[in-house]
Amino acid sequence: MGEQVTSRRRTFLWVLVAVLIALVLGFYSINSGQTTAVLAGTVRAATLLVLGAICGMICERSGIVNIGIEGQFLLAAFSAFTVTSLTGSLALGVFAGIATGLVLGWCLAAMAVGLKVDQIIAGTVINIAAIGLTSFFYDRSRSLGVGKYSPIELGSLADIPLIGRVFFSRPLLTYVTICLVVLVHIAMFRSVWGMRTRAIGEHPGAADTVGIKVLRLRYFNATLAGGFAGFGGAYLALEAVGAFSRNMSGGRGFLALAVMIFGRRTPYGAYAAALFFGFATALQNQFQLNSTFDIPTQFVGMLPYVVTIVVVALSGLFGSMRDPAALGQTYEKS
Amino acid sequence: MNKKLFRSCVTPVAAVALGLIIGAILIASQGSSPITAYQAMLVGGLRDSDALLRTFQKATPLIFGGLAVAFAFKAGLFNIGGQGQLLIGAVFAAGVGFGLDGLPMVIHLPLALIAGGLAAAIWGGIAGALKATSGAHEVIVTIMLNFVAGNLTDWLSSSPWKDNSGDRIIARTPPIEPSAEIPTWGALPVGFLLAILVAIICWFVLERTTFGFQVKSVGFNKDAARYSGIRIGVITASTMAISGMLAGFGGAVESLGVDGRFEAGVNVGLGFEGITIALLARANPIGVIPAGLLVGLMQAGASRMQFKADVAPEIIDVIQALILFFVAAPTILRWILRFQNQTDEDLKLGVGWGNK
Repeated sequence: MGEQVTSRRRTFLWVLVAVLIALVLGFYSINSGQTTAVLAGTVRAATLLVLGAICGMICERSGIVNIGIEGQFLLAAFSAFTVTSLTGSLALGVFAGIATGLVLGWCLAAMAVGLKVDQIIAGTVINIAAIGLTSFFYDRSRSLGVGKYSPIELGSLADIPLIGRVFFSRPLLTYVTICLVVLVHIAMFRSVWGMRTRAIGEHPGAADTVGIKVLRLRYFNATLAGGFAGFGGAYLALEAVGAFSRNMSGGRGFLALAVMIFGRRTPYGAYAAALFFGFATALQNQFQLNSTFDIPTQFVGMLPYVVTIVVVALSGLFGSMRDPAALGQTYEKS
Repeated sequence: MNKKLFRSCVTPVAAVALGLIIGAILIASQGSSPITAYQAMLVGGLRDSDALLRTFQKATPLIFGGLAVAFAFKAGLFNIGGQGQLLIGAVFAAGVGFGLDGLPMVIHLPLALIAGGLAAAIWGGIAGALKATSGAHEVIVTIMLNFVAGNLTDWLSSSPWKDNSGDRIIARTPPIEPSAEIPTWGALPVGFLLAILVAIICWFVLERTTFGFQVKSVGFNKDAARYSGIRIGVITASTMAISGMLAGFGGAVESLGVDGRFEAGVNVGLGFEGITIALLARANPIGVIPAGLLVGLMQAGASRMQFKADVAPEIIDVIQALILFFVAAPTILRWILRFQNQTDEDLKLGVGWGNK
């Protein structure tokens, strides 16, 4: 029964992918410029979303709900921007962003694991604190000083029509992100760390009896996960935008959670989902740039958010989703 | 009884004190005097009837927002959609406020309030109904609805309901008719009295009615509630609708009693404060009133603080986050204050994204 459902789902997915490719090629033959722009925008938006989704995934696989990704993005973007602007080095900015993410991840663990604060509230504290701190220390006159990360063309791969533009002439952090997606996927499903992580999210009691240090691993994982969100924040400030503005994460930390759920808490799935959500965002931007259709911009602006609601509702309806069993619960050694 | 009341006040009061102390350190780190800053804040929120009016006006939507979050908490639901519900309430109250004329005040004003509350109830109810039918987590849905509401109200105030007289650049509705205006008695806005009344009604519903009992049962133990015959889905959907309505009233009072119209971008951020207020009040509807007044006072005094002590008013957000942190982590407070036997239980919400 279960096997049948999975195989039917797989067929459905392949058909979906085929239809999408056919559509893209169709549009490309009609208007190559706009199609490339939308797809490039898709990858750009997807990078941030998948980094947030990986952060959320590592947390949730270990049994911690992290709704503080939004705040982690924001504060990391702020520190990445500030450090780059002070030192003139993009690399130092990225490290500052990652470091900020790690610290915030540790804060989440300290609250959720150490102090046993309700995890949703712990994440909310991070979000509110990030908004407060970044606007308190915000300095309007500061600018990045150096140019943001610029695209690197990967030799002849970049010359492939459409795909070359979309995937093989991106700035550095996008490439790093794609590598990270592969790396985390392998680590999560092929390594001892991954197995232990999944164990403490599903059945911390059993994991404890076989000698896994549940609380220590949860601390470690939440901190590590924060690093991914921090990298995402650095990407946002130093590659995607090249500046910092108030509340610039604009809800994408929350979108990342929907991406994570839709991607079934796997990095590959999350990247596919991120591309899908990124597509909705890119389409919206394109619509707003050249008002091809006579739709008010506000309705186009709703698109990614409405898509998220529909997706979250549908994935619940079809029962395709199951949370890690110990998600959201504090663990106490008995 | 008094001892119990004292006990339940210790955590919030200590949290506020610690938040203010750390805030003072931050202010000092920016080279300003924390004493001057806090003094200016108090004077700016309390000195005369103007200052008091400002404090009450600021506190009103905070109390409504806090009630919205607190009410949902009781059923184990986390409504972070206060922002969107408030905007929807504000725009529809304004819509009825300027759209109808020739009505007497006793009909027009309640009608406008109800329109705002009802629209926001539907808005909040969407999240509740989705949770009840598909298990979609209310946190994600309400956050997404915030963005949708922002766009929707933007469109309403810049297109069909736009004020086309005078300055055409600003996206805002025409001013409401005088018959829909909520009056102000001296330093006391009637909207604030309304907030207190609603807080008392919330307390009554939760503590003295069958519905309130069912709401709390669902929040306390979902399985037990289901076994005892409570329809979880109905309670979830209606609790979210009520929660939305409460936030919507906050927006409606803003439109009808403070701004006199709806203007896009004016009420941004108000909805999120409800979370701090509700937690500070430990989800007690009556406790929401002093919590709202406190934060309202800080906000009312913020501009004077900036003017007198040159402190960025955003320090208020930082202090609020600190307060929220200390309220949410009573373990730290207990450790600092060295009191053991806790009487108030920690707040716990239903977690998991897809579980019904």
